[in-house]
Amino acid sequence: MNAPRTIFQKIWDAHKVTQLTGDNVLLYIDRHLVNEVTSPQAFEGLRQAGRNVFRPHATIAVADHNVPTQERHLPIADENSRLQVQALEQNVAEFGIPYVPLLHKSQGIVHVIGPDLGLTLPGLTIVCGDSHTSTHGAFGALAFGIGTSEAEHVLATQTLIQKPAKNMLVRVTGELPTGTTAKDLILALIGEIGTDGATGHVIEYAGDAITSLDMAGRMTVCNMSIEAGARAGLIAPDDTTFAYLEGRALVPSGKAFDDAVANWRELCSDEGAMYDRVIEFDAASVTPMVTWGTTPEAVVGVAGTIPDPSSLPSPADASQARNMLAYMGLESGTPLEGLPINVVFIGSCTNSRIEDLRAAAAIAANRKVAPGVRALVVPGSGAIKLQAEEEGLDQIFRSAGFEWREAGCSMCLDGNPDKLSPGERCASTSNRNFEGRQGPGGRTHLMSPAMAAAAAVTGTITDVRKLS
Amino acid sequence: MVGFERIKAVAAPLAQANVDTDKILAAEHLKTISRTGLGSKLFSTMRYDAKGEEKPDFILNRSPWRKAGILIAGENFGCGSSREHAPWALSEFGIACIIAPSFADIFYNNCFKNFMLPITLDQSVIEILLSEAGNPATCQMAIDLPTQTISRSNGTIVHFDIEPDRKTALLNGIDEISSSLQFKADILEWEREAKVISPTIPADIAIR
Ligand code: SF4
Repeated sequence: MNAPRTIFQKIWDAHKVTQLTGDNVLLYIDRHLVNEVTSPQAFEGLRQAGRNVFRPHATIAVADHNVPTQERHLPIADENSRLQVQALEQNVAEFGIPYVPLLHKSQGIVHVIGPDLGLTLPGLTIVCGDSHTSTHGAFGALAFGIGTSEAEHVLATQTLIQKPAKNMLVRVTGELPTGTTAKDLILALIGEIGTDGATGHVIEYAGDAITSLDMAGRMTVCNMSIEAGARAGLIAPDDTTFAYLEGRALVPSGKAFDDAVANWRELCSDEGAMYDRVIEFDAASVTPMVTWGTTPEAVVGVAGTIPDPSSLPSPADASQARNMLAYMGLESGTPLEGLPINVVFIGSCTNSRIEDLRAAAAIAANRKVAPGVRALVVPGSGAIKLQAEEEGLDQIFRSAGFEWREAGCSMCLDGNPDKLSPGERCASTSNRNFEGRQGPGGRTHLMSPAMAAAAAVTGTITDVRKLS
Repeated sequence: MVGFERIKAVAAPLAQANVDTDKILAAEHLKTISRTGLGSKLFSTMRYDAKGEEKPDFILNRSPWRKAGILIAGENFGCGSSREHAPWALSEFGIACIIAPSFADIFYNNCFKNFMLPITLDQSVIEILLSEAGNPATCQMAIDLPTQTISRSNGTIVHFDIEPDRKTALLNGIDEISSSLQFKADILEWEREAKVISPTIPADIAIR
């Protein structure tokens, strides 16, 4: 009898082309997602070596990081951004790679359009030169970020040289309390295990609180696995997954779908499968979370106060906390609630799906963005934007005073016109609060879409449960 | 291809945990289609003030660390974004070896792809190396990959571990794409036998 295996091991075994030296494996890659930022040097490498793309049609490209989120019909004003997008367009044409053009309604953040189009399927190996590739693990795919040299390797061979990851099970039991979301759950978890808590591991999320999440919530959780250092996040596919997939453009239909579902049902960890680490987490303990520092583990419940660095266990932690407070312009002991913000960003591959927009709109409805606050809503894809408009969400946001933008990474990172000015404080639904991440000197507080909307309408960090 | 065998260089201390790849190379510098030109952008927010002038306090702006070839850092070095621009920038600056208690996975892999050596050591050893690196009199270190040793300025030796296959790849400067393409027949065979959904994405993907 075969030893019981985890989902990770099943996908790994199924994709092993050959065993190499040591514990290295040549792993077959089913889908390679390509963006404009991390790919130019990979294509250049191919050209220099006179190599072709092994399977152009296992590859899909889209520009998302650098693109403006308004006035899309105009040429991109920033020269370097424009050149990078042009380079992508030339590369996909030269190598025959499917591409979603900037002005197409399916354009969007690469990790949002994969699931949108039905490219992301259970059991696949999916890579992208972007760390938040972990998002796709929500479907029971093995999906992870790679560097540009590895991207070149995938382009040239459709494989990667990989070492097996360790297996970590995060079992989340109980129910998320009203007013809390998948974002609060993953922030709370990162707060507990730390930004390197899962280094070297693939995290498999299981338990009632996970299976009761919709696909958007599962993607939020898997997306931020990298913020705990994990190589990937994984959730076993189930009826929620299959219902989401059915009917999407690139998902097989009819009998092929039924057959696929039958196979996908096998993608669960076997009884007795061994994990290197198991963490139990109680969803009922989660409250709306807000980060206060410049690493996602620097997070507390919204009712909390900014911690005192001198109360931290090690001198190194204390000095890091002091640096973070200085950068963030905060003082220990201050309550997070009531902290004035200047900017609100609702978007990014963490929280820009229709469910996220609905949650934010529910708070924005019949309210107004506080005076002096700039608030952006940036759907993750053109398809989501259209759907939101059909549902009238854009009207809710607009009449409340939010800006309604075209799809892209936007203010998640300093790479396009949407950015913070030095010293500006932002309530953001993105995934990283690193120094300068949203613009040099910008101060980021990560939170859920509903919490960000609450901050927009009150002008301060606010417990959303008091509004709804 | 050049690999990595040994270096003798100044080691610079950067005693911070969670030095993320945004800090190593800020997102604003990612808008390049080249691997080069990033060395001067390394650690830009720590290295330069708002006017673009060097901050005299930052370690890599000071002699002798200006010419550092080794960086000694805190835990979880290279966390965050997958950008290989971070190791490219370090490498162009002249850093060939980074020593830390732990590294983020993608960054760690990216180092090897660029024939840079990331060394993992216990925090207690790092503390000693950090303090030696901080002193101009003791900041010279020699790293020897074949014997897996770090020679400190006082002549004593610190051993480090490295997986044998990674060591071989570094020493030989192996072109992994060429070596993987030797398995082309196996890759094609895998594709024929694969039970996963066919990986064909239509050329008109976006048109629906
Ligand atoms: S939205 Fe942010 S985290 Fe996601 S891919 Fe874009 S830049 Fe990266």
